[in-house]
This record gives sequence, C-alpha cells and structure tokens, in this order.
Amino acid sequence: MKNKLKLLILCLIPFFASADWLDINMPVGVTDTSKEVFELHMLIFWVVVGIGVVVFGFLFWSMWKYRRSNNKKPANFTENHKLEIIWTIVPTVILILMAIPASMTLKKMYDHEAEEGGIDIQVTGRQWDWQYKYLDEYVDENNTRNLSFVSTLITPEDQYKQNRAKKDENYLLEVDKAVVVPINTPIRFLITSKDVLHSWYMSDFAVKQDAIPGFINVAKTKINVPGIYRGNCTELCGERHAFMPIVVKAVTADEYEEWLQTKRDEHAELVYLTEKEWTLDELLGQGKEIYEKVCASCHQLDGKGIPNFYPALAGSDIVMNDKAKQIEILMEGVYGSQMKSYADQLNEVEMASVITYTKVSWGNVKSEPETEELVIPKDIVDYKNKGT
Amino acid sequence: MSAVVENHDHHDHHGPQKGIWRWFTTTNHKDIGTLYLWFSFLAFLVGGAFAMGIRAELFEPGLQLMDPIRYNQLVTMHGLIMIFGGVMPAFVGLANWLIPMQIGAPDMALPRMNNLSFWLLPTAFAILMSTAFMEGGMPGFGWTFYAPLSTNYPNVAFFVFAVHIMGISSIMGSINVIVTIMNMRAPGMNLMKMPLFVWSWLITAYLLIAVMPVLAGAVTMLLMDAYFGTSFFDAAGGGDPVLFQHIFWFFGHPEVYIMILPAFGITSHIISTFSRKPLFGHSSMVYAMVSIAVLSFVVWAHHMFTVGMPLAAELFFMWATMLIAIPTGVKVFNWCATIFKGSITYETPMLFAIAFVVLFTIGGFSGLMLAITPADFQYHDTYFVVAHFHYVLVPGSVFSIMAAVYYWLPKWTGNMYDEKLGKLHFWLSFIGVNVTFFPQHFVGLAGMPRRYADYSLQFAEWNAVSSVGAFLFGLSQLLFLYIVLRTIFVGKKATSQVWEGADGLEWTVDSPAPYHSFETPPKING
Repeated sequence: MKNKLKLLILCLIPFFASADWLDINMPVGVTDTSKEVFELHMLIFWVVVGIGVVVFGFLFWSMWKYRRSNNKKPANFTENHKLEIIWTIVPTVILILMAIPASMTLKKMYDHEAEEGGIDIQVTGRQWDWQYKYLDEYVDENNTRNLSFVSTLITPEDQYKQNRAKKDENYLLEVDKAVVVPINTPIRFLITSKDVLHSWYMSDFAVKQDAIPGFINVAKTKINVPGIYRGNCTELCGERHAFMPIVVKAVTADEYEEWLQTKRDEHAELVYLTEKEWTLDELLGQGKEIYEKVCASCHQLDGKGIPNFYPALAGSDIVMNDKAKQIEILMEGVYGSQMKSYADQLNEVEMASVITYTKVSWGNVKSEPETEELVIPKDIVDYKNKGT
Repeated sequence: MSAVVENHDHHDHHGPQKGIWRWFTTTNHKDIGTLYLWFSFLAFLVGGAFAMGIRAELFEPGLQLMDPIRYNQLVTMHGLIMIFGGVMPAFVGLANWLIPMQIGAPDMALPRMNNLSFWLLPTAFAILMSTAFMEGGMPGFGWTFYAPLSTNYPNVAFFVFAVHIMGISSIMGSINVIVTIMNMRAPGMNLMKMPLFVWSWLITAYLLIAVMPVLAGAVTMLLMDAYFGTSFFDAAGGGDPVLFQHIFWFFGHPEVYIMILPAFGITSHIISTFSRKPLFGHSSMVYAMVSIAVLSFVVWAHHMFTVGMPLAAELFFMWATMLIAIPTGVKVFNWCATIFKGSITYETPMLFAIAFVVLFTIGGFSGLMLAITPADFQYHDTYFVVAHFHYVLVPGSVFSIMAAVYYWLPKWTGNMYDEKLGKLHFWLSFIGVNVTFFPQHFVGLAGMPRRYADYSLQFAEWNAVSSVGAFLFGLSQLLFLYIVLRTIFVGKKATSQVWEGADGLEWTVDSPAPYHSFETPPKING
C-alpha cells in the first residue's frame, strides 16, 4: 500500500513539476506602476482572505456546533441592533481604507502628460494585428515618413490547426516585428483602432487600454528592466481575436539608436527596390510567400475564400481584368467589410508582388502573362503619389 | 409569521384542460410556472452543451474541434441562452409558482398576459437559434454585442428581433408580478410581512421594467446602424462606440442583479427552514435588497474601466461599486446569524443554499477586487472576470435555482425526491463547479484573456483542469433531470408541511398544491 502511494506520487511529480502550475498570480511587472498595482492587488487579496477566514470560519463553526444532533432546541432571536450596526460600519471602514490607496494609485496612472525626452508611439488595432507609428522618428532624410510598421503573428498555422506541428515556446505570443523601446524613458502609447474595438494589454506594464475607432486613449509607462515582454488583445474583435499578440522589446538607449538606424537603412533599401526593374519570377516568389502569410487566412490557399465571409479571388473579375481597382482595394480596404487597407502593412514591393501573384494563380490567366499586365512596385508608388 | 387557512374547499370545475392543448392555452400560474421551469431547464442543457464545446476546445492549446468563428458563436450563444433562456426564465417560473401561494392569492393577476409572456420566449429563441441554419451562422460577437463588431455581423437582425421579443416577455412578466403583489396579498399581509422571495421579486420586477427598454433601445440603434445607414456607434459617421457600452451596461448591471436578487430570497427561506429558526433581520434583508437595486443603476461603468473615461468618472464608479459590498455583506452576515444557534439539518436544498452563501461570497470577494480600478486594469477581460461572474452566476444563481427546485418540488409534485440522489447531485455539482471555475482565477491573474479560442502554452495546465471540472459539472446535471423525473413519477408521497421547519402560506396547502391555491384568502395573524 505504502509503495503504491509512493509510486503514485513519483508518477505525479513530472506532471506537477512544470512551472506553469505555479503561474497563478499577477506578474509584478517591470514598471513602477505595475509594482504599485501588484501591491494593491495583494493588499485587497489579503483583505478579502481575512474577511473570508472570519466569516466562513464563523459559518462553518456554527454549522458544526448547531447541527441537529448536537442542538435540539433552536434559538428564536431575529435581530440584534448593536451587532447589525457593527457589521455595517466595520466593512465601511475597511472599504474606505481600501479606497484611499486605490484612488491615489489611479490618480498617478492618469498622469498622461508628455514629458521631456519621452517617446510617443501611436498604436492602431486592426483586424487582426497592431500597427505602430513612432510619432517623433522618421526613416527618410526629409522627415516626411514616420517610422511605422505592422506587427503580425508569426506562429505558423500548422502549430494551431489540429496540432499538426509541435508548438514553439512562444506559441501565439510571437510577432514578426516587435515594438522596440528604450528603458528608463517615459513612453506614451496613443491607442486607437481602425475597425472594431481592440484592447492593448501588456501585463508586465500594468497597461490595458481599449483601442476604439475615433478615440485616442493614452497609456504612459516607463520600463525599468530590459527584456522582451508579451501581451495580448483583450477585447473581442472577431475571428482572429486570439491571434494578434503584442511584443515589446525594451532595450538600452544605445541599442535603441542602433535599431532606429537599421530602420532607416531598411527604408533606403526599399527605395532602391522600388526603382529597380522587376521580373515575373522575382515578384511571384515573394508574392506567394506574402499571400500565404497575409491573405490566405481569409481568402484561403486555393483562392476560393469562404462563402459569405471572404470572397474568392480565383476567377474574380477584378483580379483578372481590373488592375487599378485591385490596387485600390488593397490600398484602401473595402468599407463595411473585413477587408482592411494593407497600405501600412505591406510595402510597395510586397504589395506589387502579392497582387501579381493573385493575377497569375489558380488559373486566373490562360496564357503566359505579359510583363505589362503585371503590377510592379512603381505602380504602387504611382498610386500613392496620385493622391498628393 | 403564522398563517391560518380558513377555507380548504376546492371544486373540480376549475381543473386543468385535458390533453396537450392545456399547455398552450393555460392561464394557470402553476402550469405557466411549470412551462417556464422546463423551458429554462432545456435552455440550461443547450447552453450547457455549448459550454461543453467551449471547454472541449480549450482542453489543450491549439484549434482541435472548431475554427474561431464557431468558437465565438458558442461563447456568444452560451451567454445569451444561459442568461435569457436559463436563469431569467427559471426565476420567472419560480415566481409564477410561488408568489400566489406565498401571498395567499388564487393565481397571478393577469393570467392571459402570463400565458403570452411565456409563449413569446420559445418564439424568441426559435428566431435566435434559426440563425444556426443560415449562411453566416449564429451571432459571434459576444453576449455583450459591442458595436461596431456587431453592426457588421451577418444575421444580426435575427438577434435584434429575438432580444426585442425576450424583452417584451420580461416586461409583461414583471408587470404581472408587480400587479399581483400589490393587489392580491391576503388581508393582513402588509409589505414588511411579505416573504423574502416575494420581496426579492418585487424589486427584480421593477429593475426589469426599468432596464429592458434600455436594452431594446440599444438593439434598435444597432439595427439602424446595421441596416439603415445611421451612425449611432460608428465613429466614421460621427457616432460613438463607447456610447454603446454606456447604454448596454446601464441595462447590463441591473440585469446582473435581476439574476441574483431572487436567489437571495430563495436562500433566505431555505436557510431559515433547515436551521429551524426564523430568519435573522427580515427587514434589514429587505433594505439591503432595495439598496443593492438602487446602487445597481450607478455602477455600470465599472465594466468599462479601460475605455478611457476621465479620472473623475473612474473614481466615482470605483467608489460606488465598493459600496455594494456593504448591503451584500449585511445579507451574508444575516444568513450566518440565522444559522447561529439553529438546530440544523443538511438536506439537499440546505446544502445548495449554504454552498450558495459561501461560493457567492467568493464571487463577491473577486468582485470587490475588480472594483479596485488600478487592479482592474490587470483583471479586466481576463479569465479572472470569467471566474468572478461564473462564481456569482453558477454556484450563485444556478445553485439557488436548484436549491429552490429541491425545496419546493414536493409541494409542486406532491412527491418527495430521493435524498441520497439529491445529495449525490449536490456533491458532484459542488466539486465540478469549483474545479471548473477556481483555476480560472489563476489563468486570469497570469494574464489569459477571455473569449480566446486558443491560448499560449503557460495556461495549458489549469485549462485542462477547468475542462475536466466542466465535464463533471455538465454530466451531473443529467442526474438532476433523472432525479426530478423520478420524483414526479415514482416519488414517495409528501406531506403538506414537507419540511419540519418550513414557515409560510405555501406549506398550508396540500401537496401537490391545488390548481388554484387560495380561492378564499387566508387570514394572516400577528
């Protein structure tokens, strides 16, 4: 018997050894605010535990002591004014004592003013990724183009659909481009949305602000510890609500400067790519990759879409015959539908290649395509310049 | 309160109609109560099946059983069915059965309207469920149907019409309750002598009449935005998505108390009966319920702490929300004081009632934590919230309904349920509910957002536990069905008193209760 028990315990150890079993409390986080919030959380937690011990202790004791077999004759009292006054006043006092620190912390968290040397990042929630725009940083020499990018989930479909592939450590918490910010610097996230409601939630900073179209919500934070922090969208935003994580990379001031420089270099590279001559194969290779990553979750790999939700691209009149309209749809989105604008997410080269890919795939062209039928990066640049 | 029935003289000419038609044309409060209760049990099973689907999908990370669209539909329909089809109709069913018997009336005041308000419900749910067979499918925007996600959703019109019809049903039911209570009490039963279940329903009915039209307004604006080109909630057209939430939660928070006040009434009766001791603080219970109801109108924005309200608003709603703990605390203390120095036995209704007090209080504790706005920024829209409202709704409202069924079933059917099976049902439910929902506090604090079809790996362990608990809880409810059917068909005869310590007019009539409870009003002494 004793051996069996030992065996059972031994079997259970690996099961419980996983650290995730202990992941049962709020993180302390890496900002002064998050620490303060954590302390507030633990304070109110112990207050309710204390009340619980007293109330439930009394209740269970009474239930035991005054069970029928122990107490044949029930009492008959129905009120006790002194007692009733006490149990109204004591909770009131406890509540006031709780409300004071909570109100103070809240007041501090509501300081949204910009600070000297701070960074403003506009965060735009979209179905289903996040766009980040650094309002004071530019990637070109004329200071006309803000540093801006879209941050999208990179966990491959095979990992979440039917467990076809083994899941990574950061399953559903990994993105292509993290938001890079310097530590010890006041950062304001100016949060809004392009379509439905989203919510930008980063537990380690104690930040959760709804992203609402037409509104800008401000969350200010100052990160004390360098590291990679992961968060989620916390307002139901449709099909891929669970698939638009947030990754913030907090680095030292020097590393931040380096990162800014790589972003400027990337932009220069893009300018070069836009101007060069493109062949069909170059465009198709990149286009297929982008289609599978960006478009296929709705329009499907076979281009057939999902009836009533996502239109088919295979055999679509626009895709086959109306180059200008297709560019417009990708650049502007379709109002009132799930099709959003990809102008911010895909650069000129990517946009051109993915359009080209849809035009020559799934039997959309009968013969070998002519080069002038294709969409090249220059077309996208022309479209962008048309408006200005 | 003591009561004497002066006249037990019943004639058969007022008996029920023969055949199935009885159930469609009935104007009898007991028949309609029975219809409501069976309807709500059916909804409980359907909504429960949806919950099983949710928990099965969440058993491990990854999408195994359904795509996220389907998952969102299950989450939405689970909420809608449980709230509007399960809990609310169950309480209306109990109100129909019990209010006339507890106040010494022959029936409800407006019997034809009573029939209509029930039969609107299956109509509404048929409309809502019909979307399952349409292209585009069931609503998948959450039971809170936040704009603008809902305004662009397929089949939203069916949802809107269903909610309208449910609202009409609720309002008519409430008018009926209020008119009955105000006009048909036995002579001598003044308001402060009224049983607490009746009191809880009087307050609930006023809440329903106050907020159901607000809900109707919200869905109508939604319909206009979706189909008629208005921009109430569309920022691009000058509208305001946050306005939707203010309107919705102005309905939504009183709605929460609509689902808990009758539970307070039920629990008070049961605890007093099995403690064999009058309820401690009858009138303070009434005042507490009234305060809770009044406060429910000024706390709605605590559901919206993260929408970016000004500091002053956040502070106001935090303080107002914390205030609710005071009257709620009074109620819990009163129940404890009722048990103190009683002579207590633990039959099934008492077990459910005590579990209600303890687990509802745990839900109240997490509610108090959620009221602390800075901490709420962390808790909001995580599983901590899911754990909180399931603690107040499942071992809260639902346990109280089960307690009520066990407590009054002998009066309704004339037969006694099987005590052993009842206790088994209680313990399975008790364990199931805690294994399901307690771990959700953990994953919520660790940061798992709600309404997620799939989640990252650190939440896997406790989600698996939660799913196992949910299956246990779900399956135990089939036992509940069996117990009720067994009581109806083969249960032992019950006496009219049923419970030794029970007090109230309903225990003075035969078991099963006669078709018309009190044809001549009883006289209330003292």
